[in-house]
Amino acid sequence: MEQRIVNIKIDGKEFQAIEGQSLIEAAKNNGFHIPTLCHFKEIYPPLGTCRVCTVNINGKPDTACTRKVFDGMDVEVNSPEVLDNRKAIVEMLFAEGNHFCPGCAKSGDCELQRMGYEMGVAYTRFPHLFEERPRDFKSDRIFMEHNRCILCRRCVHEVKTHKGENVFYFQNRGHNMLVGIDYEKEKELTDEEVIRAADLCPVGAIIVKGKTIAKPFGDRKYDSDKNIKWIEGKELDIKIPKDGKKKIVATTSLAGCFGCHMSLLDIDLGILDVLELVEFNKSPLTDIKKFTKQCDIGIIEGGVANSDNYEVLTEFRKKCKVIVALGECAVWGGIPAMRNTIPLKDCLEEAYLNSISSENDENIIPYHEDIPKLLDKVYSINDIIKIDYYIPGCPPDAEHIWKVVKNVLFGAEEKVAYTEFKYD
Amino acid sequence: MDMTEIRNERTQLLNYLWDFQNQKGYISTSDIRQLSVELGISWIEVEGVISFYHFFKRKPTGKYTIYLNNSMVSEIKGFQKIKDALEKETKAVFGGTDPTGTFSLFETACIGLSDQEPAALINFKPFINLTPKKIKEIIDHLKKGGKIEEIEDTPEDNIRYKNDKGEPVIFRDYKVGDTVIKLIKKTPEEVIQSIKESGLSGRGGAFFPTGLKWEFAKQSTSMQKYVICNADEGEPGTFKDRAIMNQLPGLMIEGMITGAYAIGASKGIIYLRAEYRYLKKKLEDTIKKFYNLGLLGENILGKNFDFDLSIMQGAGAYVCGEETSLIESLEGKRGGPRTKIFFPVEKGYLDKPTIVNNVETFSAAARIIELGSDFFNSKGTEKTKGTKLLSISGDCKKPGIYEIEWGMTIKEMLELCEAKDTNFIQFSGPSGTVLTKKDFNREISGEDLICGGSVMIFNSKVDVFDILTNFSNFFINESCGLCTPCRAGNYLIGKRLKRIRNNDATMEEIQEIKDWGKILKDSSRCGLGKTSTNFITDAIEKFPELFKKKALKHKEFDLSSALNDYYDYVKNN
Ligand SMILES: Cc1cc2nc3c(=O)[nH]c(=O)nc-3n(C[C@H](O)[C@H](O)[C@H](O)COP(=O)(O)O)c2cc1C
Ligand code: SF4
Ligand code: SF4
Ligand code: SF4
Ligand code: FES
Repeated sequence: MEQRIVNIKIDGKEFQAIEGQSLIEAAKNNGFHIPTLCHFKEIYPPLGTCRVCTVNINGKPDTACTRKVFDGMDVEVNSPEVLDNRKAIVEMLFAEGNHFCPGCAKSGDCELQRMGYEMGVAYTRFPHLFEERPRDFKSDRIFMEHNRCILCRRCVHEVKTHKGENVFYFQNRGHNMLVGIDYEKEKELTDEEVIRAADLCPVGAIIVKGKTIAKPFGDRKYDSDKNIKWIEGKELDIKIPKDGKKKIVATTSLAGCFGCHMSLLDIDLGILDVLELVEFNKSPLTDIKKFTKQCDIGIIEGGVANSDNYEVLTEFRKKCKVIVALGECAVWGGIPAMRNTIPLKDCLEEAYLNSISSENDENIIPYHEDIPKLLDKVYSINDIIKIDYYIPGCPPDAEHIWKVVKNVLFGAEEKVAYTEFKYD
Repeated sequence: MDMTEIRNERTQLLNYLWDFQNQKGYISTSDIRQLSVELGISWIEVEGVISFYHFFKRKPTGKYTIYLNNSMVSEIKGFQKIKDALEKETKAVFGGTDPTGTFSLFETACIGLSDQEPAALINFKPFINLTPKKIKEIIDHLKKGGKIEEIEDTPEDNIRYKNDKGEPVIFRDYKVGDTVIKLIKKTPEEVIQSIKESGLSGRGGAFFPTGLKWEFAKQSTSMQKYVICNADEGEPGTFKDRAIMNQLPGLMIEGMITGAYAIGASKGIIYLRAEYRYLKKKLEDTIKKFYNLGLLGENILGKNFDFDLSIMQGAGAYVCGEETSLIESLEGKRGGPRTKIFFPVEKGYLDKPTIVNNVETFSAAARIIELGSDFFNSKGTEKTKGTKLLSISGDCKKPGIYEIEWGMTIKEMLELCEAKDTNFIQFSGPSGTVLTKKDFNREISGEDLICGGSVMIFNSKVDVFDILTNFSNFFINESCGLCTPCRAGNYLIGKRLKRIRNNDATMEEIQEIKDWGKILKDSSRCGLGKTSTNFITDAIEKFPELFKKKALKHKEFDLSSALNDYYDYVKNN
């Protein structure tokens, strides 16, 4: 068939493309990156499930991966509205599932995570659902972690036995949809095919039992930007008027592990410069237990797991002009929020009654008016108070923290680099 | 069960599943094994198809399966009382079966009987205008071993208005064959021209010009084409297709024959929602009659034109009314909508050119051939031609079908159906729009307020949040789950709505729903997700005072309720 050349427009620039070519492809050839998640190659019909590739085509929103180029096609890829729409969808996926990146075998190689970095998802505008989804160990070689599955349909479409029968298939519908495995058909796959299935999965939902080799940080697919063409920094958007006075900083660790504070100290010698310019008030770094004055910036590590965390946090909001959520736990709950899918009663019983205690017959649930009371779940600090800036990471990157601090102190507006934005 | 029956057609999977479901009340694991072997597909695929559809069960059900409609109209007509009565009389709990294995109780979305609520289906037979007393009688009768056929109801058509100021298009005298006789005197091109000239647009809710759709399908040179009638009527509050199929099944079929003749198709399928199984016999009888009269089959009325027609039953999924989901379902798959890389007129059923049209559209098309495009064209407004069937229900004295001419105002409509103290109209179904007193002078037409058929009226005694919660639950349950925004978004909105109801949300959180709604509208894969937030964004806009009253002044975290679990536990131990 003869190839017809057509005229298209992307973000106002005119290009030529081959009629019928996929829009993703045509955009790529002309230096435009349209983010995609479920799309992994040109197939018919396209999966079109994630909707992360939503753009405007001749004024109407549509997904790029399901459209072919036609004459007069006018595509808007990077308008603020379209960018935000795509970001919202990625946020939705994070809020819908249970993604504890530091504990995930796919971390660093995960396409959802990369998409979060790419779009600068520091927090989700949607509250996390924290709903328990099954973990399926029944098949011989595959561990299926439904908490991380984004229902992209890749495995359903692609993984078949040599007879062409499905190994994976969607079950239920709507919010209850999940990917079921045919345990018998799975046996018909070769070991290589099983590994390929796991690699095909964009996230850490299909895990090959006993085959997960942890790669060192830095060696993983998306640790550096070498696998990514666009390196778009993220703007810092907090501003404190500069008035020449020494700034007063307070920090705290709520339901966190102090890892974020460690990372704070990773600024290395920078910390000495900081000390010239700031004065620490209430902080574990100074061991000042009570606020003695109003502060310019309050840096919070950790989520809110108990009544004491709540008191400290609300106090911070009153005493600090700007509140920075430092790290995944503060941002949305993080690792401690793993308990959010389990009723508090079960958590308490497992921890204090059913597990082995160093003291015989000392299995009791701690209760005293002086010890903090556990909340029904771990809350992000945003559930409780207004937050001005979020620094993601578990722990966050020292450079990222440093840039935020510099921004606060000198109004410096450096962009946060790709490698400084992370969830693990 | 005839175990020797050969099942080898993957596209017939839904029918095979229905056989098991009907005969045993559920589909067992061994049935699934057997089907998977016979069809050469994996067991998980069969499970996946079953679990998509609401009426297929994997656990045994009782001798009588009772599906009680939980739509909003049912709610205001006494849903809760009927539910309680059913549980009391049968000793079963909703979602389960009584200890003797006689009755199973389930809730279900709108069953197309909004004009005679509360209503339920017992073994897919209709029971209408239910009261606790009537429930007792029904259950007693069945417990005593009485036959269900002895007590089943016959739903009224309730046709209240037939364009009394002019002439009706649909609900007028009908004589078998009048359309087809005129049809075969025309060329297919002339038929399409007539439909185009009439200005008929799709009555299923999307209002795509019918003549144009048929022309696209005609242009294809494919040897095999299909005509599909969308009788899924799933939008809560619509029941007009039910009335057509009950009263004028022949007219609808003549419309399908018209479509087939126009595009050059030789096969047609009626996709009938399972909720309308009680209409199936009538349709089958009509089809039989048509074959006998030479209006279906080979060489129709002596012309070189063959057309065969069959019926296929859905299995409970609102999204299957969406034309590409419907096609997937007809092919025996999960009813997920296709990506619109091709339209059905290019690649539809079995990847062949297909026209999918609504029951009312086909019926109107038949009338256009019978009475002329001018007859149709002279009715309606400047841009919206003909008449429209409205299914009116809720708080009004005369619920039923109204064949109106486009251009009628909301006020006139409310007067006709004798609605009083109207506070909230859900217009064109939950996926449509919310109307309040301010909208009463607006007109029903493509220029102003388009309507697929559903009109649900609520007076000021109905709590607006009850309505919103009901619709929100509907979309959460009916989202197919294929795409992120609709699957996760509707669920998130449901949670937020609950917060608002409980006075836990700030105005900012309320307004956020509008932004979320836009995300769903812009990026959902199919019409379900794209329209699923209309009701709530409209309500926020149209009832600002109501939401203001609910809103928190500033963000407040409810510490004491977050501590409840802990204190409860410690107190009890
Ligand atoms: C979620 C959803 C449900 C639908 N349900 C129905 C339905 O029950 N009946 C119907 O005729 N059309 C329904 N439609 C519209 C169909 O997709 C399609 O537009 C229609 O069948 C075309 O026929 P028409 O042009 O004659 O209206 C639905 C659409 C969507 C998005
Ligand atoms: S690495 Fe990916 S799959 Fe794993 S928890 Fe993070 S986002 Fe989820
Ligand atoms: S298991 Fe992985 S590949 Fe399969 S649908 Fe889920 S995320 Fe996609
Ligand atoms: S919008 Fe998406 S999830 Fe909703 S019904 Fe359509 S395809 Fe399914
Ligand atoms: S990449 Fe286009 S919808 Fe997923």
